[in-house]
Amino acid sequence: MADAVTPTPLLKDELDIVIPTIRNLDFLEMWRPFFQQYHLIIVQDGDPAKTIKVPEGFDYELYNRNDINRILGPKASCISFKDSACRCFGYLVSKKKYVFTIDDDCFVATEPSGKKINALEQHIKNLLCPSTPFFFNTLYDPYRGGADFVRGYPFSLREGVPTAVSHGLWLNIPDYDAPTQLVKPLERNTRYVDAVMTIPKGTLFPMCGMNLAFNRELIGPAMYFGLMGDGQPIGRYDDMWAGWCTKVICDHLGLGVKTGLPYIYHSKASNPFVNLKKEYKGIYWQEELIPFFQSVALPKDCNTVQKCYIELSKQVRAKLSKVDDYFVKLADAMVTWIEAWDELNPSSADLSNGSSK
Amino acid sequence: MRTQPPSLLSLAVDASVLHLSHFSDLSPLPDHILLDLFLKRTLRAGKLNEKILKLFLATGKEEVLSLIQTLNIQHILTPVLPTKSPKMSVVNNIEDGEIDIVIGALHSDLRPFMSAWKSIFSRYHLIIVKDPDLKDDLQIPEGLSFKIDIYTKSHIDKVVGSSTSIAFSGYSCKYFGFLVSRKKYVVSIDDDCVPAKDADSFLIDPVAQHLRNLATPATPFFFNTLYDPYRNGADFVRGYPFSLRSGVTCALSCGLWLNLADLDAPTQALKPEKRNSRYVDAVMTIPARVMMPISGINIAFNRELVGPALCPALRLTGEGKVRWETMEDIWSGMCVKVVCDHLGLGVKSGLPYVWRNDRGDAIESLKKEWEGVKLMEEVVPWFQSMVLSRTATTTEDCVAEMAKRVKEQLGGSDPGFGRAAEAMMDWVELWKKVGSGPSPV
Repeated sequence: MADAVTPTPLLKDELDIVIPTIRNLDFLEMWRPFFQQYHLIIVQDGDPAKTIKVPEGFDYELYNRNDINRILGPKASCISFKDSACRCFGYLVSKKKYVFTIDDDCFVATEPSGKKINALEQHIKNLLCPSTPFFFNTLYDPYRGGADFVRGYPFSLREGVPTAVSHGLWLNIPDYDAPTQLVKPLERNTRYVDAVMTIPKGTLFPMCGMNLAFNRELIGPAMYFGLMGDGQPIGRYDDMWAGWCTKVICDHLGLGVKTGLPYIYHSKASNPFVNLKKEYKGIYWQEELIPFFQSVALPKDCNTVQKCYIELSKQVRAKLSKVDDYFVKLADAMVTWIEAWDELNPSSADLSNGSSK
Repeated sequence: MRTQPPSLLSLAVDASVLHLSHFSDLSPLPDHILLDLFLKRTLRAGKLNEKILKLFLATGKEEVLSLIQTLNIQHILTPVLPTKSPKMSVVNNIEDGEIDIVIGALHSDLRPFMSAWKSIFSRYHLIIVKDPDLKDDLQIPEGLSFKIDIYTKSHIDKVVGSSTSIAFSGYSCKYFGFLVSRKKYVVSIDDDCVPAKDADSFLIDPVAQHLRNLATPATPFFFNTLYDPYRNGADFVRGYPFSLRSGVTCALSCGLWLNLADLDAPTQALKPEKRNSRYVDAVMTIPARVMMPISGINIAFNRELVGPALCPALRLTGEGKVRWETMEDIWSGMCVKVVCDHLGLGVKSGLPYVWRNDRGDAIESLKKEWEGVKLMEEVVPWFQSMVLSRTATTTEDCVAEMAKRVKEQLGGSDPGFGRAAEAMMDWVELWKKVGSGPSPV
C-alpha cells in the first residue's frame, strides 16, 4: 500500500544514465553521491577529435560520432548531429531495463526544507509504482506516502497500469521557448510543487528531455529524438517529438506517463536568439503536429512498441508531408531507428508489451 | 585635542540642506559648493529625493551630471495604477458584490464555523441553507457585520413545491442556495471546514484563490507541465502550441483539503489515523474529456455559465450526513465536467486548501457507502464515453440530454439511476422557472 516506508531499491545493475555532452562533464561532481553506483553512457556530440574528460571513479562507456557511424553504419543517418537529440543513441546501445537521462547543465536541487534532492531515487519510485491514466486523482499520485485514492475513485481502476515514463521538472531556469524567454528573461521557477501525477489517457504534453527516466523494456523504441541540429531545418523539438510519439503509444498500449517530481536545478539559460532560430519552424509546425497526434488512431494489431512506431511513421509520411518535406525525411528516419533498435536489441523484437486498445 | 570649529561656509551649506526643498534654482552656486552640497551633504544626509534630484539636474553643471551618472542615480518611475474601488477583490477585477458564499448547514451550531471564517467571509454575501432534516434551530454568532440570508425547509417547500423528485436533504441542501443565488460566482464550503494555515501560520483565503482560478483562463487542450501558466512565476513551457495559449473560460474551481482528506470510507477505515498534510502548491486544468471525482467540500463555480449543471441527482438509498455516505457531489461533478468539455469551458483543480475537521466514523459509513462504491464502477465509464449532441448548446440543454440518457441507458441497472434522471429533469425545469429573474424567496 501507498504508506509503507520501504527503501527505494537502487536498481544499480538495471539502470543506465545517458548523458549527451558537447562541452564537459564537470556537473557530474555534484551528482557523484547519487550517480556513482550507476553505469553511465555518454554520447559525445560535435567534434569526435575532442576528448571529453569524465571525472574519476565513474563507470562509463563513451560514444562519439565516429563510434556512432561505426556501430550503425548507414543507419547512423537517423542520429542527429550537433544537437542533444543524439542522446537517443545511448538508449539504443543500453542493455538495461531503465534509462535516466539528464543534461550536463542540470545540478542537484534542494527541497524547501533544504534537503538535497536525489532525483534518480524519485524517478525510480515513479517508475516502480503504477500510473493511473484512466481517471484523474485529485490528490495526485495515490501511491505516494501520505496520499491515496479519493472518494469516488472506482476500485476497479485502483490497480493502475505499469509506468513507462517519469518526467521530472526544473527549478531556476524554466524550460521556456524562445519567444517566452525573450519576453521574460529574468523569470525563474522557484515554486516547488510537491506532487507527482499521471498524465491522463488521451492528453498530450510537452516532454522535456532534461530530466527524464523511462522503462526501456516497455517503451524504449518510442524514445527516438528525431532529426535535429546540423543540416536539419529545426532544433529544440527532439524531446517534444519523442514525447508526443511516446504518449500516443503509451495510451494505445495501456502504459502510464507521470510528471512532476523530481526537480533538478537547471543552471544554464541558453541564448534566446539562437533558440529562436532553431525553434522558428517548430513554432509553426507544432500547430499542425498537435492536431495530428491528437487524432492518431493505431490499429488493434499494433501490440508492440515497434509496430506502433512503424505505423506512426506511415501516418507521419501520409499526413505531415504536406506540412514540409522534412517530415518525409523524419518518417524515413523513424523507420531506420526501429531497424537499428531491432538490430542492436534482437531479443526485444516483437515482444508484446501490454494490451493494445 | 580640540576639533576645528566649523566654518561659516560649512554652516551655511549645512543649513541649506535642511531647506533644500524651498530652493527653486541652484545654478547661481559656485561649482565646488554645489558639488559639496550634493555629495557630502545631501547624499550623506539621505536627503536626496526626486524633487531635489531635479533641482540639481536643472543646474546643468557638468560635474554634477557626471556624478549622478557615475553613481547610477535614477529617476523613480511612478507607475500609473488603475483606480481600484476598495470593494473590489485584489485579484482580477471581480467585485465582492458578484459573489455568493453558499453554505449547507448540516450542523445547527454554526458559531465555531462562522467565527473561524469571519475574517474571510465578512465582505461577501452569505447564503446559509439549513438541512431540512435538521430539527434544531440554527445558532449564528451575534453581531456579525455581514449580510446573511438563511433558508430553511419552509423556503425550499415554497419555491420547489412538493411534486418534485429532488430531495434537498443532507448535503443536497446547498443546491437550493445555488438555485436562488443571483450572483455570477458561487463559492461553497462544507460546514465542517475551517481556513487552513500557510507555512507562516497565516489563514489561507480560499475565496480569493477560487476567484483567481475562475478569473484566469483554463487550458484543457494540452497539458502544461508547469501547471497553471497564469500563476505568478509560471508560464507555458516550450512545446506548448501558441494557438492554445489563450485558453478557455474556467467555469469550475475544485479545491482540496488538509487534515481529513476526502477519501472514501473503506480507505479511511483501513487507515484511521491517516491525515493529509501535504500542501501541493499548484492549480491545474483538468484536460478535456478526462473525468475526475469532484468533491463538493470546497468548490467554486461561475453560476452564469454552469449553474444548472450542478444538480442534486444521485442519492444513495442510505445517504447520510457525512461525506462518506454520499455520492451526490461526485455525480454532479461528472455532469459539470461533461458539460464543460462539450461547451468548451474549463475545470481547474488544486489550490485552495481548506482544513477539514475530523468527523464521523468511517467504519460505520462503510455499510452505507458500499452502495456508492459499487455504483461508481458503472458511472465512470458511462460518463467517459458520453458525447453530447451538437444541438445541445446551453447548459440546460446539456443537462436535459444527459438526464434522458441516464434514464435510457443506466436506469435499468439500478433504480438510483432512474431517480437521478428524474431529479435532473426536474432540476432543469426548476432552474428555468426560478433560476433567474427576481428571487423566488
